[in-house]
Amino acid sequence: MTDTLTPVLTANWGDDKAWKLSNYERRGGYKALRKALEMQPADLVTWVKDANLRGRGGAGFPTGMKWSFLPKDNPNPVYLVVNADESEPGTCKDIPLMMASPHTLVEGVIISAFACNSHHAFIYCRGEVLHVIRRLQQAVREAYSAGYAGKNILGTGYDLEITVHAGAGAYICGEETALLDSLEGRRGQPRLRPPFPAVAGLYASPTVINNVESIASVPGIIANGKDWFAGMGTEKSKGHGIFSLSGHVKTPGQFEAPLGITLRELIDLGGGMREGHELKFFTPGGSSTPILTAEHLDVPLDFEGMAEAGSMLGTRALQIFDETTSVVRTTLRWVEFYKHESCGKCTPCREGTWWLVQTLRNFEAGKASPGDIEKLLDVSDNIGGKSFCALADGAVAAVTSAVKFFRDEFEAGCTTPAWELFPYEKSALFADSELGAHA
Amino acid sequence: MSVNSVTDKNAEVAPREELVTLTIDGIEVSVPKGTLVIRAAERVGVDIPRFCDHPLLDPVGACRQCMVEVPDMGNGRGMPKPQASCTLEAMPGMKISTQVSSPVATKAQEGMLEFLLINHPLDCPICDKGGECPLQNQALSHGHGESRYEGAKRTFPKPVNVSAQVLLDRERCVLCARCTRFSEQISGDPFIALVERGALQQVGIYADDPYDSYFSGNVIQICPVGALTSASYRFQARPFDLVSTPVTCEHCAAGCQLRSDHRHYQVKRRLAGDAPEVNEEWNCDKGRFAFVSGRLDDRVTTPLVRRDGQLVPASWHEAIDTAVAGLKAAGDKVGVLPGGRLTVETAYGYSRFARAVLGTNNIDHRSRPSSDEEAAFLAHAVAGRTLEESVTYRDLEKAKKVVLVCFEPEDESPIVFLRLRKAYRKNKLEVVTIAPYSSRGSIKLGATLVGCVPGREAECLDGLTDQIDGESIILVGERAAQSPGTLQTVARLASATGAKLAWIPRRAGEIGAIEAGCLPGLLPGGRPVADATARVDVAAAWGTDSLPATEGLDAEAMLAEAAAGQMALVTAGIEPRDFADPQAVREALDQASFLVSLESRLSEVAQRADVVFPVALLEEHAGSFLNWEHRRGTVNTVIRQGNAPMTDLRVLGALSDAMGAELGFRGSKAAGASLDELGAWDGERATARSDAQRAASSEGAVLATWRQLLDDSAGNDGEVALMATAQPAVLRVSPATAQRYGLAEGQQATVSGVAGSMELPVAVVDDMVDEVVWVPTNTGRPVREALGVGAGGSVTVAAAGADASVPDSPSTDGGAA
Amino acid sequence: MSGHEFQSHFENSGSIDMDDTSTNIDETTMDELRQLAARYPQKRSALLPMLHLVQSVDGRVSPAGIQACADVLEISTAQVSGVATFYTMYKRRPAGKHHVGVCTTALCAVMGGDILLDRVQAKLGIGENETTPDGKISLERLECNAACDFAPVMMVNWEFMDHMTPAKADELLDKLLNDEEVHSTRGARITSWREAERVLAGFPDGLADEGPTAGDSSLVGLRIAQQRGWKAPTAEQAPVEQAGSEQASSGEETK
Repeated sequence: MTDTLTPVLTANWGDDKAWKLSNYERRGGYKALRKALEMQPADLVTWVKDANLRGRGGAGFPTGMKWSFLPKDNPNPVYLVVNADESEPGTCKDIPLMMASPHTLVEGVIISAFACNSHHAFIYCRGEVLHVIRRLQQAVREAYSAGYAGKNILGTGYDLEITVHAGAGAYICGEETALLDSLEGRRGQPRLRPPFPAVAGLYASPTVINNVESIASVPGIIANGKDWFAGMGTEKSKGHGIFSLSGHVKTPGQFEAPLGITLRELIDLGGGMREGHELKFFTPGGSSTPILTAEHLDVPLDFEGMAEAGSMLGTRALQIFDETTSVVRTTLRWVEFYKHESCGKCTPCREGTWWLVQTLRNFEAGKASPGDIEKLLDVSDNIGGKSFCALADGAVAAVTSAVKFFRDEFEAGCTTPAWELFPYEKSALFADSELGAHA
Repeated sequence: MSVNSVTDKNAEVAPREELVTLTIDGIEVSVPKGTLVIRAAERVGVDIPRFCDHPLLDPVGACRQCMVEVPDMGNGRGMPKPQASCTLEAMPGMKISTQVSSPVATKAQEGMLEFLLINHPLDCPICDKGGECPLQNQALSHGHGESRYEGAKRTFPKPVNVSAQVLLDRERCVLCARCTRFSEQISGDPFIALVERGALQQVGIYADDPYDSYFSGNVIQICPVGALTSASYRFQARPFDLVSTPVTCEHCAAGCQLRSDHRHYQVKRRLAGDAPEVNEEWNCDKGRFAFVSGRLDDRVTTPLVRRDGQLVPASWHEAIDTAVAGLKAAGDKVGVLPGGRLTVETAYGYSRFARAVLGTNNIDHRSRPSSDEEAAFLAHAVAGRTLEESVTYRDLEKAKKVVLVCFEPEDESPIVFLRLRKAYRKNKLEVVTIAPYSSRGSIKLGATLVGCVPGREAECLDGLTDQIDGESIILVGERAAQSPGTLQTVARLASATGAKLAWIPRRAGEIGAIEAGCLPGLLPGGRPVADATARVDVAAAWGTDSLPATEGLDAEAMLAEAAAGQMALVTAGIEPRDFADPQAVREALDQASFLVSLESRLSEVAQRADVVFPVALLEEHAGSFLNWEHRRGTVNTVIRQGNAPMTDLRVLGALSDAMGAELGFRGSKAAGASLDELGAWDGERATARSDAQRAASSEGAVLATWRQLLDDSAGNDGEVALMATAQPAVLRVSPATAQRYGLAEGQQATVSGVAGSMELPVAVVDDMVDEVVWVPTNTGRPVREALGVGAGGSVTVAAAGADASVPDSPSTDGGAA
Repeated sequence: MSGHEFQSHFENSGSIDMDDTSTNIDETTMDELRQLAARYPQKRSALLPMLHLVQSVDGRVSPAGIQACADVLEISTAQVSGVATFYTMYKRRPAGKHHVGVCTTALCAVMGGDILLDRVQAKLGIGENETTPDGKISLERLECNAACDFAPVMMVNWEFMDHMTPAKADELLDKLLNDEEVHSTRGARITSWREAERVLAGFPDGLADEGPTAGDSSLVGLRIAQQRGWKAPTAEQAPVEQAGSEQASSGEETK
């Protein structure tokens, strides 16, 4: 029986200066790389496929299978791109990983690039995390100096360039094709598919794009075996994953556990809800995943469990809200986020989020009209599934799941401002004394 | 020179198109593989609403208007969500349900229109697009009756100029990105781009860098709303008040099919027509906007006769009598200079007038630098060809390699440029240009530069022999006449390698004039004057006893005779500044024993004439042009006023009558019939010659020059906004040349030739050949007038104010690049 | 009550600020821009880092910076402008010496971010996207900065300021205004926004070794696991029946 928590990627986060190469190596770092370099790239792909590693960036697509889609006969160079643009509201796992142990990612990058026959890898990291970028830059430099990157890696004749690339503020660049356009120095707007990146991605060359946590999981899988990895988790959701608990719990934080742990377990580990409060609703995997409520506390947090509950596992970003929270307010703020981050390319997202925000503001202010709930749902229906990429679907998920579970709060929005029903200062995490300071 | 006969063409078995069969709204349809569902639907008569989709632009899927339901992708599985049909390829066995049969598709489309309208202003009554607006039309045909939106509309300050000609009203924009895709993909001028993001996303230029593209007007035409409008047409008319006439553009030899819209006897705007074989759905800004030169103050409205040294209005009778008296007095000492801008039928009228009425072969339409070598080349390689025998736009699109010789397509034949760019983008066409530097157009074609000092093109061609084969096409421009040996070398190269060859002149009437018999050595249909059978042919058809047997004088020789007071001239629409030596032309016109000018404007020539006959503008008569492919393009009468001016043919007819001879026709239709009846020459064609002397190697700096598309040519007159988008005049030199002569980027420099000098700001061009100075031919000042030399001529250059012509150091090596 | 005004009229949009054409870009900057361009298989890829560098030099995306990027990359100024106006980290007017952000995306907003933003605005006397008259601090309303377990979060020059309260925000701003040394809660000593932009452009400042490995919240799960002796299985503990298949498919390599 596997333990409740299984620190793998997080295991060295408590170490002094874990970001240094020497400290990473002391814990066995880069042994997986040496092992991988003795294998055939194609066997590495099979290995990761057999381990059943599913993408950790939200969609859960099998990583090894993604690699196997690379064409064998394409004359263009293959690129590996790491999606380190962690921006989905609630999601906060890749940033601490890259800050604490950037070499876990870098080792994963080298192994994965070798497996994919790629000689140039990019780590596209969101720009608003200066210290993470510092540590990534330094880790890559150290890897070059140690002979893990650059020309003739560890004497094997394998060459790999690694480029750390800072974004400049755009949630949409977490969408893989928008990320590619951004990495090509363009506006980060999603591309038409097909062609898929595996065939024509960066510079129209075959490209693999994986999330930080997916790539960082690769060294462990190589070092410990595919069955070791597949031995954790549930039937179709294998391995370890980082669960990010935030909001109205006593001790929010990162918990690395086999997929399938429940929210009840996580909240217990987090010391329970904020003193004197109870769970009202939560997102299982970031704001783009439909909200769930206390009735879902015992649903396994895996791809299948969340799908059955009508939501998605997403990035395992569990944003916890207690009974002081106005659902209308929270929904508005999420939709404002999507409006702010809409790239503008397609009509339903650009115009639809503009409309939804205004409607939700009326609900928040208690100024909605009878019939506005139906309008809200119908407008959401006209957006959902019709936009160019999934960004707008996230906005729709927030709205429709909120109305589904808390219709009464929206009905109240026809008469009473949300801030009267749910005084906002009650939701704040600071002490009451702080609130009065400047009031 | 490989001439593909008709049988050759048929022998090439076209690869059979692979078809896929799918079902749309229950109707089975087969379409070529790769067809998008939105277009497959058109084939079964279903019009799916759309904004961003455009068949000539890369699909983008941005507006999401064309959603359809896909119950079966062809693999037995349906798509869970509706799909944009403009990005969905038809697959075998696919089933599609459009708004015709699917409530899901209908709701998606209605919802999308509602979204597009929430931020769209309700200003249709004052919008130029009202009445022909895809948003307006589709909102009616596919939208909700009313909007449920009660929020605030997005507003911006009112229209901004993205160029002097193109205005952008951001509130009306639906962000379909047709304009930005056009500018980037089709013309390669990404000076407009999407800026900002989300709800604030908009089309924009950067600061003061305007959207000065030769093709900018197309974005107005393809804008599916009234967001882009032109300064020239704004608020001029309502679409439903306009009368549309299909015409062929008169500006260049591209042969663009246009739509000319007029109201109250005045052309209000011109649009690109739909001509897949020629201009597809595009045209250039000159063709679109430059149509007002005939309505300026200098329009000639009555005949003019010189009396006591002054041109004074006269009656038609008086003018005809005066002209006839003058021409009769000249006897066979007479020449005809009809220019290169006439319709085939009008050119044919001048040819017949010269040969059958005046009794001379002195006729030459080439009102530009020309040569004997060129005349022989035209007789051998151009005259008497049919479309089937010629290189076509389609050939350019399919070619492996295209070599440009003395030819800058973007400036000199913009639609050829667009087709080459399409081939470059879509079919990886390799373009090689023999030129002094990589021009803006060459860069956009990804062209390989074979750096060449003007005048030495023949030598550069020699070096290309083993790089050209039967899948190559050589495009040679009219400027080759100024580079001795080039045309002969081009012909020899084509024949040796099997490459196809096309000569692409600038003017719309050049090919027609050659076919109509406006060269001194060629009768209509490419018949050599020197060939007795050819003369008998023509004489019989014209009902005259005989035609003069000796080849006539070319333009230069005629002008020389005139300058000596030994020749009378009949001219039509020529400009002294277009000739190799403008001043000499003026003197010749002054000294001519008699000068008859048929003109619509009181040009420099008309002002020197003894008799001026006012003639109709192109928009006032009918006929046809032959473009560079030898394709016929019809010109229809656009403006039909009761007091319409006489056409050239009617004036020539009246003169013929008065001279007691027979022109044989009074109108374009009859002239065309007469020419058609004559048909093409089936006798021996002139053989290629190889007697040209190549230019000797020269010392010092050499002039390079060509005409920019938007320059001081008379056809652009009056269109202020258009001319404000023209490329400014600059002087281009290589870095080494700049250094040698002490020139600096942006600083003024003086270039001097035998006749004088001109001052221009310097632009240093990295890949330019050393010791070459490029200036535009006719922007600001006509270069031949200012310097007295043309391309290949010797010049000196110095920083303005500095002592000209003394280089800092001796030149060490020649043309690099 | 919460959130911001809904803006629907956009008087100035579509461009960077063209009124101020001053620049510090010199040949050294141009060389560095060209260096960045040379780091990528296709030079246009360097545009985002190049714009970061322009900001570090000119304190904003300056007209001269747009032109420099267009020149180095051989693309149109409109194309550069399209990129510069797309990303929120690019500032069109001079940012302050320190750029302060307050996260107000849903979770942080509810946990107190809205209140923090009000306090910060009141204290500095400026609104969003404004800079104090002395040029010390510019302020931005942030979208989620991937630190939700540290909510509510503020950022200074893109360094984390975790678990903020009004009092902590007050103290932070006072220190910044008084040029006192400030440390990120899990990052380095605060330098300046321009120096940060230079690092983002790809020119490291040598501060990677400052600060802790991880913040307290990042370690919550790990500490519990350590206390309770929970571990991931070792390689040897992998399920036996599957271990067989592992050997079967990769036997040659492991020999």
